[in-house]
Amino acid sequence: MTQPMRLDSGGDIVRDKPLGISFDGRELEGFEGDTVASILVANSVRVCARSIYAGRPRGLMSSGPEEANVFVQVVSGAGEPMVRATEIEAYDGLVVESLASKGKLPELPDTSRYDKRFIHVETLIVGGGRSGQAVAAEAARAGDRVLIVHDRPTLARGEGGEALAGVEGLTILTRTTATGLHEHGYVVAVERRTDHLALPPATWSRQRLWNIRARQIVLATGAHERPIAFAGSDVPGVMLAASALDYVTRFGVKPGKRAVVFGCHDGAIDAARALAEAGVEIARVVDARQETTTDRVVVGTETAADGTLSAAIIRGPDGSMETVACDLLAVSGGWNPALQLYTHTGGRTRWSDEAAAFVPAAGPEQVRVVGRATGEFAAGLRPRALFCVEGHDSSPAEIFLDLQRDATLADLRRAVAAGMRSVEHVKRYTTISTAADQGRSSSVLTVGVLCQELGVPMTDGVTTTYRPPYTPISFALLAGRDYGQLADPERISSIHDWHVARGAVFEDVGQWKRPWYFPAFEAELLHDAVARECAAVRTSVGVMDASTLGKIELQGGDCGEFLDRVYTNLMSSLAVGKVRYGVMCGVDGMVLDDGTVARLTDDRWILTTTTGNAAKILDWLEEWLQTEWPELDVRCTSVTEHWATVAVVGPRSRQVVATVAPDLDVSQEAFGFMEWRDAMIGDCPARVMRISFSGELAYEVNVDAWHGQALWEAIYQAGQPYGITPYGTETMHVLRAEKGFPIVGQDTDGTVSPQDLGMGWIVSKKKPDFIGKRSYARSEAAREGRKQLVGLMPLDGSSRLVEGAQLVEAGVDLTRVPVPMVGHVTSAYDSVALGTPFALALLADGAGRHGEELQAVDKLTGIRVRVTSPVPHDPEGVRRDGD
Amino acid sequence: MLRMCCPWCGWRDELEFSYGGEAHVAYPANPAELDDAAWSEYIFFRDNTLGWFRERWAHTAGCRMWFNAIRHTVTNEFAAFYRPGDPVPEMPAEVAR
Repeated sequence: MTQPMRLDSGGDIVRDKPLGISFDGRELEGFEGDTVASILVANSVRVCARSIYAGRPRGLMSSGPEEANVFVQVVSGAGEPMVRATEIEAYDGLVVESLASKGKLPELPDTSRYDKRFIHVETLIVGGGRSGQAVAAEAARAGDRVLIVHDRPTLARGEGGEALAGVEGLTILTRTTATGLHEHGYVVAVERRTDHLALPPATWSRQRLWNIRARQIVLATGAHERPIAFAGSDVPGVMLAASALDYVTRFGVKPGKRAVVFGCHDGAIDAARALAEAGVEIARVVDARQETTTDRVVVGTETAADGTLSAAIIRGPDGSMETVACDLLAVSGGWNPALQLYTHTGGRTRWSDEAAAFVPAAGPEQVRVVGRATGEFAAGLRPRALFCVEGHDSSPAEIFLDLQRDATLADLRRAVAAGMRSVEHVKRYTTISTAADQGRSSSVLTVGVLCQELGVPMTDGVTTTYRPPYTPISFALLAGRDYGQLADPERISSIHDWHVARGAVFEDVGQWKRPWYFPAFEAELLHDAVARECAAVRTSVGVMDASTLGKIELQGGDCGEFLDRVYTNLMSSLAVGKVRYGVMCGVDGMVLDDGTVARLTDDRWILTTTTGNAAKILDWLEEWLQTEWPELDVRCTSVTEHWATVAVVGPRSRQVVATVAPDLDVSQEAFGFMEWRDAMIGDCPARVMRISFSGELAYEVNVDAWHGQALWEAIYQAGQPYGITPYGTETMHVLRAEKGFPIVGQDTDGTVSPQDLGMGWIVSKKKPDFIGKRSYARSEAAREGRKQLVGLMPLDGSSRLVEGAQLVEAGVDLTRVPVPMVGHVTSAYDSVALGTPFALALLADGAGRHGEELQAVDKLTGIRVRVTSPVPHDPEGVRRDGD
Repeated sequence: MLRMCCPWCGWRDELEFSYGGEAHVAYPANPAELDDAAWSEYIFFRDNTLGWFRERWAHTAGCRMWFNAIRHTVTNEFAAFYRPGDPVPEMPAEVAR
């Protein structure tokens, strides 16, 4: 017979819509409106899971979100690794598998859609029960926009259920759980949209993340029933009393035939009466309240061969023991108001002896608690606070406090014996309340038992801190549609399409996609391509897309004064038509960024920043202008995206630029190093600058970004007679390192001053002040042992050095730890120009150690290296004006 | 996510703002006259207040303007938002929570 425990009538199920699900391969029948749990109960499936460590058989202990035993893996549909059986709505064809407290991640990627919505309301009600509905109706009638989130499929019916009839201004989200309550009325909720459907429409998102901003938040979150711990209280057949009744009233199923009811408040007696009315035989009602005269308690259980409950062991007031056969032991130790959300932003609870519960004490102004969540109803049940019953021959290792973690009274005593007094410590030591249910059934129970063990009143107890999310949220939902291409914006230059067509290999620089190198043929390796590109630049001409450089335009009469304060060197003396290199430092004197400054007119300037630093530097400039020097007439505008910049680099670059800009006098006399000129390239106005990041004769040609690709193609065409070679960031790095040009963020790390880089010449001695100046007079700046930039060459002329390698004095035994380290490699490359691999490094007192020998450690091998000046190539700088 | 009021743009989510640390730490008028201890105090030392705190924010994803706020570092309540140069509002009395 199927569904032997299904009652003939009752429940919210749709009896003319039968369905079938599969549980561990067993086909089970149920009805629309059932949960997986109610189908298990209907079909008398009593052992539904195994406990995580002890492997004990476990059954359903609840009907709702407090379930700690029966989590299942959803196999059908989109799948889900670990869900409470009590919270899965059944559909025809649903396939689930039991778990031993741990889910298995699906092997296939989740192809479901997830999305997000934002909503603003005056009043948010969490929980659509009677109290929630009443407050919602009141608020909506007063003109508020009201949102109700309710975690079940439908709003609660019954008495007061008509409160919302005809009320306008309401939004109701069902199957929606508020998972986090944050500051300033911000609440995150998860709406489950399709998991209950056998055939979800393909266009629907599976789940939706609601970002709610509310002026007032009403928590009508209800209460969770609290178990009582005793030996064997974890066996299948022991269930929370209100849950047992819930199965009868919501689903029309009997959780047992013959029951013992064990409780310590009026609600348990009421539950016994209702179960009896539903046809469950009540063998005993054990009321633990009349302590002196008729104190009876359940101290243990007996089990049948399959591990399920067969009897309850009851101790009378005189110590007599009685064994009562039953297949259901309905337990209620009272009620815990569901105040998890209340405490997320610092709301505090206090123990109430009247309610035998933690109730709201003080919370954020915007948050109001109503209904059962206040705990007031519990006081009316005349409860006794009872958490744990230990029989004379009970083993503490069989008294389970946290069912999901298999943590017992013995574990808690071990924590107390180890000296722990705070529940936070006990929680971490025993793992109690750290499982997926986050202590919904175990947390307060543990506080109670701990106070009992320590002999302190409950009013001294505090609950552990609850943190969002209240129920697990998948990463897929948090990501929503922001994954793959939409995970982060990709920035591309206006010449990007050319690079792609040319087969460039790209690297990410911040959000920018930059060509890393341009393979000449499909299989050309990085090493070979870079050697070829470097040689082309040093001997003829190369071309690079430098559009990603940060560019900030400054306007105003005080730009010169402002730049004098933010750069270490003097900028105000720069003439129109000239360009100057500059370094910016923080107030601590350490290098922040570097770049060039060009004066366009008397009161218009343009400066460049490192590609990855553009936004940071703009913020930095704004900060000083707005908060320290508002009197200065300077306005900053980011123009990074507005200009395309093409670097034409190498001894033949002059001819190439002369070809594309025939009206521009490119002679050394007319257009010197660190100067800029206006020019026409075709019919496109351009700004040409003689700036070199390679030591070679070079021009940076800037045009409106719309014309970037046309400019690039014109230059590429004009360069054909010289074998012009496009190159990427790797070659750029090699060329600049050969000249000892540091890259901020690679060769510096926030602890490196211009002097450490060997660039003391760029720090003005004359300017009265600039950002960082005072720090160069600190003793820290003058101390011995500061790491300074040096070059390194392998003694054997062939060993490649590794970036990040530690530097160790020559002759030091690397096997004797700790190995004293004196510096580290910051940049390392092979060099065609030098005929050897080389590196830049930061070395303690390195400026005075040129010529000495060290070891650069790669894994456990020391590579012998010679310290050199940081400018290994063309130290005299003769190549910058061409050959 | 906090909700805060840019004195130029109005109420926005925290998402649009970036934090700027303690407010009213002025750049010294004459750094050269400070001894190392005083200069280090300016560079490295900030209050780590439990309670109401005057701090700086920038409306980075909006008008890019800096402003000041008084925030309670435990509850994250804001008591005031004001522009640089505005009269500095009184610190609220500590509210026991």
